[in-house]
Amino acid sequence: MSNKLIDLQNITKAFDGSIVLDDLNLYIRENEFLTLLGPSGCGKTTTLRILGGFETPDKGRVIFDGRDITSLAPNKRQLNTVFQKYALFSHMTVAENIAFGLRIRKKSEDYIRDKIRYALKLVNLEGFEERTPDSLSGGQQQRIAIARAIVNEPKVLLLDEPLGALDLKLRQDMQYELIRLKNELGITFIYVTHDQEEALTMSDTIVVMNQGYIQQIGTPEDIYNEPQNAFVADFIGDSNIVNATMIHDQLVEIFGVKYACVDTGFGTDKPVDVVIRPEDLELIAVPENEDQSSEEYQKALRKITRINPGYFEGTVSHIIFKGMHYEMEVQAHGFEWLVLSTRMFQVGTKVLMSVDPYNIQIMNKPESEDEKAVSMQEIV
Amino acid sequence: MNKKLRIWLDGPYLIWTAAFIIIPLIMIVYYGLTDKTGAFTWSNILEMGTPERMKALILSLILSLMATVICLLMAYPLALILSRMKTGAVGFITTIFIIPMWMNSLLRILAWQTLLERNGVINQILGMLNLPKLYIINTPYAIALGMIYDFLPFMLLPIYNALQKIDVNVINAAYDLGANRFQTFWKVIFPLSMPGVISGITMVFVPALTTFVISDFLGGSKVLLIGNVIEQQFTQVGNWNVGSGLSLVLMVFILISMLVMQHYDKDIGERTTSL
Repeated sequence: MSNKLIDLQNITKAFDGSIVLDDLNLYIRENEFLTLLGPSGCGKTTTLRILGGFETPDKGRVIFDGRDITSLAPNKRQLNTVFQKYALFSHMTVAENIAFGLRIRKKSEDYIRDKIRYALKLVNLEGFEERTPDSLSGGQQQRIAIARAIVNEPKVLLLDEPLGALDLKLRQDMQYELIRLKNELGITFIYVTHDQEEALTMSDTIVVMNQGYIQQIGTPEDIYNEPQNAFVADFIGDSNIVNATMIHDQLVEIFGVKYACVDTGFGTDKPVDVVIRPEDLELIAVPENEDQSSEEYQKALRKITRINPGYFEGTVSHIIFKGMHYEMEVQAHGFEWLVLSTRMFQVGTKVLMSVDPYNIQIMNKPESEDEKAVSMQEIV
Repeated sequence: MNKKLRIWLDGPYLIWTAAFIIIPLIMIVYYGLTDKTGAFTWSNILEMGTPERMKALILSLILSLMATVICLLMAYPLALILSRMKTGAVGFITTIFIIPMWMNSLLRILAWQTLLERNGVINQILGMLNLPKLYIINTPYAIALGMIYDFLPFMLLPIYNALQKIDVNVINAAYDLGANRFQTFWKVIFPLSMPGVISGITMVFVPALTTFVISDFLGGSKVLLIGNVIEQQFTQVGNWNVGSGLSLVLMVFILISMLVMQHYDKDIGERTTSL
């Protein structure tokens, strides 16, 4: 992962007056697996189509390997696309599909035959040369679409929700396949998806987008552990997002309770958003009719304050068994907290709830300019 | 119970097929292969061999082929343009093409007769502009013109349907893999539209080959097509046997042309249509 291979500069694109991309800046490095992640209509597919040459930006430039390719036709670009729903040529055999780009480039038949064999081997579909696309399953068609693209030895492979039409098990298998392919080919993958799990599994870099703006760029770990705003936090995984006030560095007040945290630099008495992942909330049960001065209660209290000086008292209102863990809802301060735990608490159990300071993620409230872009109503 | 229901549901279609397709076909074969006394004979078939009838058959084949080719050349580019347009505009244009089909076909051909007459509308306008007049009424050209006018929508619609079904990403994939516009058309768009082309050709060629109305009105009594020859046997001469015999020969010609089409379609059509 070294130098910039692609540089998108100030890309703006509108369709029928509605802005899809607004002054987007993004660079992609060589050999990177970069995922554009976001809900439908966030501009991720438009970004990919601009890279592929199927759309021209209204403003801005696309630099590829130091060359401006903004208005270069798709057939002259050194990238290949794997389309949504495969887009195979149904009137050709698998071999003819794979050979399409090579025949256009007038490669020798010997070369083409070798390439077809190599590509089919790479996607684990040896011996499928004479089959027709109609006779293949969705997963097999997807592999052929990938084979058809990679035989042209592109520097970049663009993938537009390539696994969207496959069932869950197949999708997971294909995720590993794609990572393996990327490593074997040693080329850049730019992947578009709305599936956060797919993005977290495969990417080197994730670009979270919403409403034409980039919300956050980072490694999967960054994006998950340090979401920069409420949109990213909510879009990536489950989370509890609440209003809070930053009292001063390393102290945040949530629903009137002061919690220790590790974040600094937010100022004093400043309204912020707080994200707490459900698996980071820790629960300790206290007996129902127990008096606060009882030994039992004091013991629980000592245990919880060892985690964080601040804590909530709440009641488990809902529990679902999820196999590896229990998913619970805990009512505290009028808020329904989502909690994941390997331990089970009966509905109605009174609990003390807290969180390690390290796992409290503080985020600035959205700036007025970007308010629309991160507004929570749009996520659905 | 289920079986009973099936019989009730299938029954009407079977009766329809028997009454209006199979029995008439058998009757034509019967009349075509017997003489007036009901004895078996090949003579009705051989009646086609007279120079006059061979001339009509060959002219019919030439004219209907010509009409089919010209319809194809006119309809394909239009269908291609339509398939790229927005739905609203497409609806408007296809409606304009289809509206004439709502009119009686006889009326449409009569209109052309009036237009093409020696002193018809077209020649009056040409005369006013001091341009040479057009004398094509009662010639094969007028008949071909009538065929093209009458059957163009039947070529346009199936091709448009086939083109419209092509996923835009399949076309984009061709560009993406390095094909230019010309290569994309010949290697991807055209082959994928073949089923539409084939049914368009069938829907123009067969009615054009058997028509007698168009040649009646636009060819006068001077140009006879095979349709007219057969029609005369039934309506004027009253010889059902010869009429049926000639019909059988024509059916064989149509069958052969269909088989030829299928053969040429095999490379492409088999895969695109076998879904």
